[in-house]
Amino acid sequence: MDKNFLNDFPILRSKMNGHPIAYLDNGATTQKPESVVRSICGYYGGCNANPHRGVYELSVKATKAYEDARRKVAKFINASPKEIIFTKNATESLNLVAYSYGLNNLRGGDEILITIAEHHSNLVPWQRVAQATGAKLNYIYLAPDGNLLQADIDKKLSKRTKILAVTQISNVLGLVNDIKTLAAKAHEVGAVVVVDGAQSVPHIPVDVQNLDADFLAFSGHKMLSPMGIGVLYGKRKILEEMPPFLSGGDMIEYVEEQTTTYAELPQKFEAGTQNVGGAAGLSAAIDYLQGVGFDTVERIEHDLTTYAISELKKIPYVELYGCDAPNKVGIVTFNVKDVHPHDVATILDAQGVAIRAGHHCAQPLMKFLGQNSTCRASFYFYNTRRDVERLIEAIQKVRGTMHIA
Amino acid sequence: MLENIYTELIAEHSQSKENRRLLEHATIKERGHNPSCGDEITLELEIADGVIKDAAFSGAGCAISQASTDMMIELMRGKKIDEAKRLAELFIDMIHGDVTDDNELAELDEAAALKNISTMPARVKCATLAWHTLDTAIKRR
Repeated sequence: MDKNFLNDFPILRSKMNGHPIAYLDNGATTQKPESVVRSICGYYGGCNANPHRGVYELSVKATKAYEDARRKVAKFINASPKEIIFTKNATESLNLVAYSYGLNNLRGGDEILITIAEHHSNLVPWQRVAQATGAKLNYIYLAPDGNLLQADIDKKLSKRTKILAVTQISNVLGLVNDIKTLAAKAHEVGAVVVVDGAQSVPHIPVDVQNLDADFLAFSGHKMLSPMGIGVLYGKRKILEEMPPFLSGGDMIEYVEEQTTTYAELPQKFEAGTQNVGGAAGLSAAIDYLQGVGFDTVERIEHDLTTYAISELKKIPYVELYGCDAPNKVGIVTFNVKDVHPHDVATILDAQGVAIRAGHHCAQPLMKFLGQNSTCRASFYFYNTRRDVERLIEAIQKVRGTMHIA
Repeated sequence: MLENIYTELIAEHSQSKENRRLLEHATIKERGHNPSCGDEITLELEIADGVIKDAAFSGAGCAISQASTDMMIELMRGKKIDEAKRLAELFIDMIHGDVTDDNELAELDEAAALKNISTMPARVKCATLAWHTLDTAIKRR
């Protein structure tokens, strides 16, 4: 019997439209346990000062909170602390790579390879790099089951490919890409591998050494942390050769009137006062998550996902996307026939069930699936089978509410 | 709450095919887009002598946006441009909760049935999409 996680998440015991909340939008953001909320209060209540600058005790405490969080993150993904750059979220992390690495290493004739299942944050920055450098942006498309088309990978990965940017888990289909194999193939042709870990790091153990990823981006808020703290991991050798992204305070060594030398890693990429309270929250979130254990997280999410899929398949007017592949984690995407996803979400909302409806920041994928938008239920370990039942019961009321026979 | 939104009237208008077509003699074509949900409509107007002779639309969207578009077209057909512009502004004010008096809203005819959307901030954009599109179309004329 699993621990009743709800005791740690007061918000999940609250009501939505008069019903107990079934929060099934964890792909967008997760809820925060009390220990995380306390850690943020603890930081601002007892350790707050500007880190790295002051010589006084409070500033030293703030620096320690910040650097302890960095060490914890490094250990969490099996990296070295110098390879951990704090950002505001995965989007900023990916932009950092695109602007600092992409703009300075690509030129006309080069190619960037991404997949059609990328979130806009791992797509639009590469479009901009391609436009600015004259590089070509290529796409790996999907097989009918939603997984990457193997033939496309082999065909489109070539000596011209300088960057392979790929999500580890699709935020729409929930399918896990085999990053280790992809990275090995990309490295064979000399490409740098950028992994969007926004949907993977919160849900499965991620070891950057094992994956051999050159970069890994993820957000704190999708893994129990506050919003506004994210991470970019980069291999030390590559980061050292990259120019700064943002510039200003804290990222310098010497500043002359016309020239500047930059701080060592990771400060080179952390201009200005950082989100130290957020880092403290992320640190507490990692503690909580490790307390639960990824074995438990994966077991619960697998149970909920397969249960939801099997129940949804029993409803004749529900259409599922990417739900037949086995490599699936925590995300179920569907449509109710003849009803727009926004109407579905409104009707579910009235019954206390929170799901996401729309294009999920993946418009090219929607186009590929032939849908304008979809509904998405996404789980985390604190969800229960009862939440799935509530989802199903609510969906059964949708067509009636819409006056569809 | 839901039964005040998803009424039979809304269902009827959202499923109606009558105004969902292309105009043979369209004088204005305006695309309206809601980037947060991907909903998209193309509004076509046939304007002559300062009057909207005919209107129609194409596109895809939720029941609220489709019903709202359909009701707007029925309201606007035969209206003078200035009148159409004023009614579009009145509708948008209603959805934003700035005009609540039912007597004042009566001239919106069936579209006044969408008044309750003003209590659903997440759906305001769905209801106003067509009306903003009309407003833009008139301004660009």
